[in-house]
Amino acid sequence: MEDLVSGLLAGKVRSLAKAITIVENDLPGKREILQRVYPRTGNAYLLGITGPPGAGKSTLTDKVIAHLRGRGKTVGVIAVDPSSPFSGGAILGDRIRMQQHALDDGVFIRSMATRSHLGGLAKNTVDVIHLFDAAGKDVIIIETVGVGQDEVDIVRIAQTTVVVMVPGLGDSVQISKAGVMEIADIFAVNKADRDGAEKLVNELRAMLEMVKSEIKPEIFRTVATDGVGIEELVAGIFAHGRRVEESGLVAKKRCLQAENELKAYIYDMIMERITSLGGYDEIVRQVAAKKLTPMTGVEKLFAGLGIAQEE
Amino acid sequence: MSKKIKVLIAKPGLDGHDRGAKVVSRALRDAGMEVIYTGIRQTPEQIVATAIQEDVDSIGLSCLSGAHNKLFPKVVSLLKEKGADDVLVFGGGIIPDEDIAGLKQAGIAAIFLPGASTEETIEFIRKNVKTA
Repeated sequence: MEDLVSGLLAGKVRSLAKAITIVENDLPGKREILQRVYPRTGNAYLLGITGPPGAGKSTLTDKVIAHLRGRGKTVGVIAVDPSSPFSGGAILGDRIRMQQHALDDGVFIRSMATRSHLGGLAKNTVDVIHLFDAAGKDVIIIETVGVGQDEVDIVRIAQTTVVVMVPGLGDSVQISKAGVMEIADIFAVNKADRDGAEKLVNELRAMLEMVKSEIKPEIFRTVATDGVGIEELVAGIFAHGRRVEESGLVAKKRCLQAENELKAYIYDMIMERITSLGGYDEIVRQVAAKKLTPMTGVEKLFAGLGIAQEE
Repeated sequence: MSKKIKVLIAKPGLDGHDRGAKVVSRALRDAGMEVIYTGIRQTPEQIVATAIQEDVDSIGLSCLSGAHNKLFPKVVSLLKEKGADDVLVFGGGIIPDEDIAGLKQAGIAAIFLPGASTEETIEFIRKNVKTA
């Protein structure tokens, strides 16, 4: 474990890869790795790329990687794809679009399956980000699963969230809906050479006129397959990062991230203790049979832990 | 929590016939495995770099161009070079019977020919991967 962590901190590919496996699968050693790695995190720029399936997220990511490499930045990529709700298996295919970087030592790409975690990310994505960060990657790109409307976890993690849109997916009412549309720091209107792209840009603009946030999202047109608009997009991403830095929102965002991480650990820890006590399955059955309300069920479980519920 | 079996399905060489690779990928997915698919025309170097970053348990190579005798052993030797020879390598495609012994000797653990059932492949992987 000692070797693994020091290898990881030195940026060794295999150490990082093995450490990710441990952390992703909650294998023994996870806690020790994260404890040692945490103090070395906080230096990477976290970039989220999200949007509907087929919008071109992976192709855009590929081109953004190339551009970042041109700027001399090292890049880590976490590409999330869905797990089958039936078999638990997954086909992780985002890499297909990024294989030109397979032999570049400055790029490390890792695929993750959601494993039925909701919100657009895989369960242990945040922990894996810490490993990339400690291994010295300058920019970490998190490509979410193809999201529809409400998968907004990425915004709690990334410094800048790019929502990739394409023409032809719906009318202006879709754009006004809550959820994914609200989390964009930047809109990339991809496949901008297609019919309807101008209309989409105009509709986004109209929507943004009503946005009251301190930093208004910018819109960029891209044709990822041809590399069109990527330079402007990357410049826009870093410009957004600087504005966030200057506005003092960074501290707020960091606190939000820290709180979410704590909450996740609190949940895991309490669940672990509750399920290890026994009787959990029986309470689930009683609630299912309507013999107990969920509230009474929780009180019983907490009583087992020695935590009394105040009235 | 048991670790999921992670498999890289890769197509080395220049042929573009990826139906078989995709069928195997889906079968493994339906068997509960996590499958990385990297598309056609990959070099052995790309395949090995991908396998190491993804820390896969197994690599399935598909080749229908006739270049298997060169490309499959190259993948195995590169894995060895990188200290990742614990990865289980198997192959499939249009491969003449007389080539199979040589490929096995070169470290390809199994060859699945046209007509092989996906269950055979699944069973083989489950039995032979070294999961942590």
